[in-house]
Amino acid sequence: MFKRLGHNPFRLLLLLALLVLGGCGDPPWNDPWPSEDVSGSVFFSSFAERPKYLDPARSYSSNEWAFISQVYEPPLQYHYLKRSYELVPLTADGMPEVRRYDAAGRLLPADAPADQVATTEYLIHIRPGIRYQPHPAFAHTADGRYRYWPLREEGLAERYTLADFSETGTRELVAADYAYQIKRLAFPPNHSPLAGLLAEHIEDFAAFAKVAAEQALRDRAAGRLWTDLRPLQMEGVRVIDRYTCSIRLKDSYPQFIYWLATNFFAPMPWEAERFHAQPGMIERNITLNWYPVGTGPFMLTENNPNLRMVLERNPNFHGERYPAEGSEADRARGLLDDAGRPMPFIDKAVYTLEKEAIPRWNKFLQGYYDSSGIASDSFDQAVQLAADGDARLTPEMREKGIALDTAVETSIYYMSFNMRDPMVGGDPDDPADQQRARKLRQAIAIAVDWEEFIAIFNNGRGLPAHGPLPPGIFGYREGREGINPVVYRWQDGKPVRRSIEEAKRLLAEAGYPDGIDPVTGNALVLYYDTALSGPGSKSILQWYVNQFRKLGISLVVRATDYNRFQEKMLKGAAQIFSWGWNADYPDPENFLFLLYGPNGKVEHHGENAANFTNAGFDALFERMKNLPNGAERQQVIDRMVAILQTESPWLFGYYPKAFSLHHAWYHNALPHLMANNTLKYKRIDGALRARRQKEWNQPVTWPLWTLLGLLVLSAVPAIRDYRARERRRAR
Amino acid sequence: MMAYIVRRVLYVIPILVGVNLLTFLLFFVVNSPDDMARMHLGVKRVSDQAIAEWKAERGYDKPLVWNAGAEGLDKLTDTIFFDKSVRLFAFDFGQSDSGRNIGHDIAQRMWPSLAIAIPIMLVGLAVNISFSLLLAFFRGTYLDFWGVVLCVAMMSVSGLFYIIGGQVLLGKLLNLFPISGYAPGPDAWRFLVLPVIIGVISGIGSGTRWYRTLFLEEVGKDFVRTARAKGLSERAVLFGHVLRNALIPILTGVVVVIPTLFMGSLLLESFFGIPGLGSYTIDAISRQDFAIVRAMVFLGAVLYVLGLLLTDISYTLVDPRVRLQ
Amino acid sequence: MGFQPVVLATDALIYLLLALAVGFALYARRHEHLRAPWRQVAASRTAMGALVVLVVYVFIGLLDTVHFRPLQGQDAQGRPRYATEVLSLLDLITTPLREHREKTYSAPFATHLYMRETIELPDGRKVRDYPRLKWGGAHLADPADRAADIARRVAAGLVLGLAIWGGALLLAARGRPARFRCLLRAPELAALRSAAWTGLVVALLLGLVLTLAGVWHLLGTDKVGEDVFYQSLKSVRTGLVIGTLTTLVMLPAAVLLGIMAGYFRGWVDDVIQYLYTTLSSVPGVLLIAAAVLMMQIYMNNHQAEFNSLAERADLRLLFLCLILGVTSWTSLCRLLRGETLKLRQLEYVQAAQAFGVRHFTILARHVLPNVMHIVLIVVVLDFSGLVLAEAVLSYINIGVDPNTNSWGNMINSARLELAREPVVWWSLVAAFVFIFMLVLAANLFADVVRDAFDPRLRERT
Repeated sequence: MFKRLGHNPFRLLLLLALLVLGGCGDPPWNDPWPSEDVSGSVFFSSFAERPKYLDPARSYSSNEWAFISQVYEPPLQYHYLKRSYELVPLTADGMPEVRRYDAAGRLLPADAPADQVATTEYLIHIRPGIRYQPHPAFAHTADGRYRYWPLREEGLAERYTLADFSETGTRELVAADYAYQIKRLAFPPNHSPLAGLLAEHIEDFAAFAKVAAEQALRDRAAGRLWTDLRPLQMEGVRVIDRYTCSIRLKDSYPQFIYWLATNFFAPMPWEAERFHAQPGMIERNITLNWYPVGTGPFMLTENNPNLRMVLERNPNFHGERYPAEGSEADRARGLLDDAGRPMPFIDKAVYTLEKEAIPRWNKFLQGYYDSSGIASDSFDQAVQLAADGDARLTPEMREKGIALDTAVETSIYYMSFNMRDPMVGGDPDDPADQQRARKLRQAIAIAVDWEEFIAIFNNGRGLPAHGPLPPGIFGYREGREGINPVVYRWQDGKPVRRSIEEAKRLLAEAGYPDGIDPVTGNALVLYYDTALSGPGSKSILQWYVNQFRKLGISLVVRATDYNRFQEKMLKGAAQIFSWGWNADYPDPENFLFLLYGPNGKVEHHGENAANFTNAGFDALFERMKNLPNGAERQQVIDRMVAILQTESPWLFGYYPKAFSLHHAWYHNALPHLMANNTLKYKRIDGALRARRQKEWNQPVTWPLWTLLGLLVLSAVPAIRDYRARERRRAR
Repeated sequence: MMAYIVRRVLYVIPILVGVNLLTFLLFFVVNSPDDMARMHLGVKRVSDQAIAEWKAERGYDKPLVWNAGAEGLDKLTDTIFFDKSVRLFAFDFGQSDSGRNIGHDIAQRMWPSLAIAIPIMLVGLAVNISFSLLLAFFRGTYLDFWGVVLCVAMMSVSGLFYIIGGQVLLGKLLNLFPISGYAPGPDAWRFLVLPVIIGVISGIGSGTRWYRTLFLEEVGKDFVRTARAKGLSERAVLFGHVLRNALIPILTGVVVVIPTLFMGSLLLESFFGIPGLGSYTIDAISRQDFAIVRAMVFLGAVLYVLGLLLTDISYTLVDPRVRLQ
Repeated sequence: MGFQPVVLATDALIYLLLALAVGFALYARRHEHLRAPWRQVAASRTAMGALVVLVVYVFIGLLDTVHFRPLQGQDAQGRPRYATEVLSLLDLITTPLREHREKTYSAPFATHLYMRETIELPDGRKVRDYPRLKWGGAHLADPADRAADIARRVAAGLVLGLAIWGGALLLAARGRPARFRCLLRAPELAALRSAAWTGLVVALLLGLVLTLAGVWHLLGTDKVGEDVFYQSLKSVRTGLVIGTLTTLVMLPAAVLLGIMAGYFRGWVDDVIQYLYTTLSSVPGVLLIAAAVLMMQIYMNNHQAEFNSLAERADLRLLFLCLILGVTSWTSLCRLLRGETLKLRQLEYVQAAQAFGVRHFTILARHVLPNVMHIVLIVVVLDFSGLVLAEAVLSYINIGVDPNTNSWGNMINSARLELAREPVVWWSLVAAFVFIFMLVLAANLFADVVRDAFDPRLRERT
């Protein structure tokens, strides 16, 4: 490729010159995807970082799920249009049947109290007739043997991607594939991030892991690269018939159903795993981590994470229709225009690696990306905030036909104290010292002005948090009863942050008048630990320092790399730090467990990085997690939040708001904070896009000609000079 | 000559061992294998057991350079250092810590790197030599003076400004080129023009000034004066004598950088999203993928030493007076 | 006002460098072979013009090097209590700039913020508009008077600048008009004249700054409302430190190893050559990245020792100099080795050897003084490259501490600002102008120094 053109600069220049002379060509000169048909039903997007794991047992970050959620299909999914989020069947033909038993194995009624429940069983029945995408692992020869298994190493010569295996086949999805995947979650070499959690809940999960690991050792000793998990039994997972399987939990864990909508519970055909476990495959990167195999609307046909990833329509897709239920608002926005039509609408989705925000944004403006988030720095260009705080697009954007979607994310950014630190956490055995530390934390909670933070660093894209639960999660309270009384007071119908004087008073009560530490006689020194680096971090850190300075406290920033930061968190060596949490599923348990004592980071390696322990809170948590959503649960949550507000282990920070933009040719865009498999709902009007791209990208060449002219002109006196010199010499 | 080359090649081996040891120490003073495991396994819900297994799978569970627990020679060989280094010398880079085949990655990413580095070098050479010939031709006039001032001014501008300015001006405002990106195959040239232009422009200042001094030095020599005294025109003197004699230092200067072209340009590649070896290295550093870092350092060192060797040889070829001993 | 002096690690090295420079100057005065090239430098118009610019930068950098903690009151026992914050003389002088913090971006000479905000009007209505700045142009009752006020202050500033210049010239001429006339006319004083004209520009700028900077944000404010002009001034020290200390810290190793390799030859030469070939084979960026990470670990393990932000940032800066030194000493070492190889063939060295003079004495007496000019040239030539390198390293996040003011950090954050609409251009332009002036002056000066000391060296550097 490059041999033909790249290395000959003169030909390059010639080509350039021809283009310049030829005027406006087709497609636009700055078209970053010259080989793609922009007038077709192709979706263009980008990814900032190479997805590491595409194996559904392993993958646990949103940039990976953006791809595999279009390929893999777990039994359940979220309804695309309904808010609050609701689970609906995907490959299952109905919601799972939940049966609860007591210790004696008797079936309990649905409303039995949680402490009687000894076993919970989920019965999942999937639809027949669903088939996998074409994949070489399913390919058969005429005589019924597998085409690509067993392969000898020579069979891999010149094969570097999955596309180099020309023959493919398919197979029907069966319940055993789901069971197989759950076993894969338990299989230690797969390093599934969910293994720890599931071991606590699924029957026999931990014991199975041990047995499977031993089997893997035996296999390895015998030279087998693949450990077949099918013959190994896990009590908690049973295949009842071809289309039904059951999962048994050893407790009542109502949140389990949400996990059934994640990729961890997507089906895995054993043939694919066996195919990828053949010798030589790993060396060529032909692994499940690179090539997902699923039943979903799309399949990954090109995986070159240095450059681009391409999803294409799965020809074997079982078919799904665009949802018809939606609100009037949805109808008004045109979100129901496609109701009942078969999905997916897009033939191909091209994701290009784009590490820098600026080129990405500019390409969006040029029409080369169909949708885009808004970086803080391009915000003013795109969005004007009206006086009432409502966001509207700037005239420039509206003229281009760009539309804006906003949604408060189900996540929280918070600043946390490490409660094990004697300075900010207090001596657990000394109530007086605890009182001191609590007042110190409360004073800081008032001083750090998150409203200002949101205004400066997020362009107002965020909601100051009064508690750990973001809106959209059950238990969140709006208005007067939702405010954090320690930090705010209710005034004129809105929360008003308490004054810095009140904070200073609290600080003085804590024993630090004007922020002076009585021990040293100097300003109190607190430490802020961060892994923040890169452009923009300086101003954020400076802002934190300024906030503490308001109290006379001197905040020392200890910036490190991410590894070191993690290590500090694990050892509990940090003092104050910031962190965020993104909901795994829309249940308050998923947020409140971040402060549950037995989840402490240092002692239990859990997610409670604040290492906060409070007996009252822990007891309430135990109750809350098994309650169904309702008045009783709300009451318990209110009490838990009140404890957190008083104790202030976190400065609650803010709930970010997601703003996304899309062009006029991009339809059915609706932010969904839980579902990742949303590509199938999207529709593209390629003809309009092609027209607009051409319109917006007329090359401007006159400055080049002017520059050239100037250069020639500047040479004139020099040439005259030379002539004169030559003449002189000739004389 | 042959013996000399063989000796030089042998001399390369201890250098590569040294380089290897140095990278190894630097890397592991900074990162413990535990860090690497945590980095690769992700953030949420990682158990200690998973870390231990990750290390065992990749052979990071051994001691770093000295295995006190082993017997005899194994003390030295049953270590991470020995395991990971020996194969490098056969140019078998093995797999990256994230499971990719490094040799294959390098072979793929080399082409985009070369596709910008070679045009930049060739076009840059042509542009710089023509500009400096112009300056040498008009030496002592206002053109020469302001030309040199311009060169110094261009040298004083940080490379970042050239890139940012070029992207904004040519890509965004004038719509002439894609702002960033890359496509393999015949479309690649679209994406290469802008980085090449920027690469050439940012090199004009120092390049032109350097070649100008070379030319002026030749101009001052006796044989040039003789030629001029014979009545040759200024143009003939410049092209016939000065340029030809200055070619020796120019050529040797070029030869020494040829091998390093493979390594790609860190800044250009990461700004323009070109999947070359430069951005590969930067990514590996930030992802702490030790296997890639080590492979790239090794490759870099090999190419560097190769460049030195090539220079020596090219000296003898262009200038028979130089003898290698 | 009481204070407690603070000497940061880089401060100490800067003082050392200053002492060395003074020592060298005194030494050079007494030795003709050193004086002659300097005289040549002093006779060059470009060099003297550039020198004035450099002196201004160095002056700012030195002001920013004298650190102290101001007195903050007394504790219960009556002992003085000092602020935790470390300030420098420059901070003291520019106190208004430092403390005139706005909320966020504002353009140069702006009276209003660059971003709209919800403002509550006296009658309770709310509008979204650009609020007035807290400091910039706050002395004006009506922002419409801006142009007039600026014009007035510019005029005053120019007059003040002229006065300063005139005063300085008079001082230089010691009040004697004859000297003054001589300076204006004499052809042999052309270099001095160019210095004087550059001085005029500097003086005018100084006048403008004095009259304007107190009430306006000359170069606007950044994202958190810090004055960009202040940041640019603070960055001067960082740039200078990287440009000079890097060479200073690598100097002992490079000089010692270089002349040892050239003088002793044999196995010493082999070992040293091996050392620098190996080091220079490792791609520099990688070495720097690894070392910077390493230092962070060190800092985390010794947290108690760095109580103030300034100390941490300073150590990181010093470390960056060190590691840049490690990657750049090899070229100097190679040059010195080559030069020493030639020197040891000279008669007087051979003679000394024949007389049985100790090696060390020969090295110190005969070799070292004769290679010093190479050292000098390399120091001067490397300077501008290092200043530019700082910016690039900050871009890949292995540069100075993100809390340190530096041009690299300014460019790095400005990169994102460039995509804003309306564009925030002033940080980038400020960094560009400040780097450009310094590097241009340094390049011009270095050229002249090189030509004066060793025109042949052109081939090799």
